[in-house]
Amino acid sequence: MESDMEVMSETDASPPQKLRMFGMGRTIDDREDESGRRRIKDVEVYLPIVCGSVAFFLGKRATEYRTHKWTVYVRGATNEDLGVVIKRVIFHLHPSFKNPTRVVDSPPFALSECGWGEFKIDITVFLHTDVCEKKLELSHVLKLNPENEYGSVPKSIKIPVVAESYNEIVFPDPFESFLTRVYNHPAVHISNLPDGFNLPPTGVADTYHQLRNGDTKDHPLSQWFLTFSEADELFTLTAARQKVQADIAKLKRQLIMVDGQPEGL
Amino acid sequence: MGGTDAKDILGLPKTPLSLSLTQEKKSRPQKESHRKPDGISREVYALTGGVAPLMPSIDVTQLKRRPPADEKVAWQWLPFTSSARKDALQLYHWVRVVNNVPPTGDYSFAKYNKSVVILKYTDEEYENHLTDPVWTKEETDQLFEFCQNFDLRFVVIADRFPVSRTVEELKDRYYSVNRALLRARAQSPADVANHPLMKEPYDITRDRERKRALSMVLSQSRHQEKKDAEILAEAKRITEMRLAARRAEEPVVSANENAGLDKADGVVPGSSVSPSSNSQLPATAVAPSTLTMADYASTLASLRMLHVYLRTYGLEQMVQAASSAVGLRTIKRVEQTLQDLGVNLKPKVPTKTVCDEHLELRKEILTLLNLQKQLQYKESEGSSHREGSFAAMPDTPKDRVFASDPFSFGAERPIKKEQKRKGPGRQADTPSPAHKRPRKMKASDL
Repeated sequence: MESDMEVMSETDASPPQKLRMFGMGRTIDDREDESGRRRIKDVEVYLPIVCGSVAFFLGKRATEYRTHKWTVYVRGATNEDLGVVIKRVIFHLHPSFKNPTRVVDSPPFALSECGWGEFKIDITVFLHTDVCEKKLELSHVLKLNPENEYGSVPKSIKIPVVAESYNEIVFPDPFESFLTRVYNHPAVHISNLPDGFNLPPTGVADTYHQLRNGDTKDHPLSQWFLTFSEADELFTLTAARQKVQADIAKLKRQLIMVDGQPEGL
Repeated sequence: MGGTDAKDILGLPKTPLSLSLTQEKKSRPQKESHRKPDGISREVYALTGGVAPLMPSIDVTQLKRRPPADEKVAWQWLPFTSSARKDALQLYHWVRVVNNVPPTGDYSFAKYNKSVVILKYTDEEYENHLTDPVWTKEETDQLFEFCQNFDLRFVVIADRFPVSRTVEELKDRYYSVNRALLRARAQSPADVANHPLMKEPYDITRDRERKRALSMVLSQSRHQEKKDAEILAEAKRITEMRLAARRAEEPVVSANENAGLDKADGVVPGSSVSPSSNSQLPATAVAPSTLTMADYASTLASLRMLHVYLRTYGLEQMVQAASSAVGLRTIKRVEQTLQDLGVNLKPKVPTKTVCDEHLELRKEILTLLNLQKQLQYKESEGSSHREGSFAAMPDTPKDRVFASDPFSFGAERPIKKEQKRKGPGRQADTPSPAHKRPRKMKASDL
């Protein structure tokens, strides 16, 4: 573990920076991969995303094969710009569509089409080269028809059918260059960031995301986006855990009693 | 085929080619595309699967051929000799005579009288090439005589040999003598190089090894077989996991896994440890001897190796690791418990905290179920011993012998999750949902 080092980050956008060593004893991974980049261990960068679709029934304008106008997208969970991490998204539509492989190269990563059927859309997410060279596979089932416990609600052309699912892209042990680039960005969350992590406050991160304003906050569909809060789920989970822990304690007491009993005889 | 049936019903003539097609009242399913060949009944044809064989095995037209009508066939009691016999014994048998012409040729079975060619050596050759410290000339001569008489049936030879020698020793001596003789008699070494005896010489140690291994496999008990299969499956799973991790270009530390495996018993075939100095796994030697801790650690490691993954995928992998050591029934019970508690089986908002909590909850439920089982087991045991029953408990390895002291339980009974309990002559209670749970004892069992 060297105490002072000069770090050369290799991304195109950032000039070489000098990093102070972390006081917490975090090690920069000394292994160099092919391009000599270093990873920071025990730090986790994650990107909360929502993958979903919004579908409008066309009403009078509907034809036999085009009854709905829908948009499928990958957006930031808080509608931030994902372009800082994601390079490109490919939506694989049903083969009955012309050119079913639709590539979206810039944020907002969304695709609109007209159709009549519900099907599973495979989504391939490509990340910037300084982030990770692997691609990520997701899928989303396009929903056109509203489900309702009381039977199907008459389709309104004003209110779309929205299906969204929350997920997070996790980058364990991220590249140092990636971390320095994004650590300020609102779309990106970092856990376990060491306290001694010091970067020039303005840094490259700001200018980088000013160049691309691909967030979905002002997207025409943004009014339909759902919000995802972990609070409810956490609440249920903690309550459940407490109950289970109480049951465990009870059983342990019972076990001790059963064990003790025969010896007493 | 349906066509012929229909024609039959309607009384229409069938196709001219066919001979007598035997009709059965029950129709059998047959492929429409294949016509049944003539000469065999439909049902017989259906036995082969209803499809014609790739190569015609029997010439079907020969099957119902009748002998030509102009031949006159008679059977006569005639004498014959066989070239297979060395004496000139004349025997009699029935012969099929056609048009008063008796058949010619040797006895038809003489060609089957094959025998092995055993080399004969002269005394000179013996002196020059074939002497051996262990074998005397008399023994070798006798060996060869036996080989001649018994057609190289070494088992019989070994049985009759005056000096007791094993089959392998006899074989070894015979083949080495033959090899030496061949080499000696050959004009040049190249001539005999292609002889099978030279190309693949008999190796006595390998033969012994092979026979020993065979008998070991044969005598393996069912129990041993099961254990071996389990261990192999485990090793395969671990090597696959390792392969997946290695594909992401990082070496994986297998220290924990090996610890778990060793405790699980036996040799781990084919797994190589690749210790890496940049180990990311906690080097806890105190890891419990079950495989689950190793599973968690290795799953975490392999997730890290991926460099990028979806949180939901990560959770799935960890849940799988947690469930890897338990049976399907337990997994279902965990899921049922989750539902009863109002928890989604897959979190709707999978953030880091939510996923961690979810995983911890699952682990706690597993502990809870485990404890429940333990308690039930202990209660049933307790009741059985309170009633003083000494019903024989067969060889579950973790059981203790209760013969002397029925009421001492002892603390360390490692209860495995899926422990079976069998008792001859014990009556079952209402069949419990998990048939692997120990049965409760009734007073009537005494």
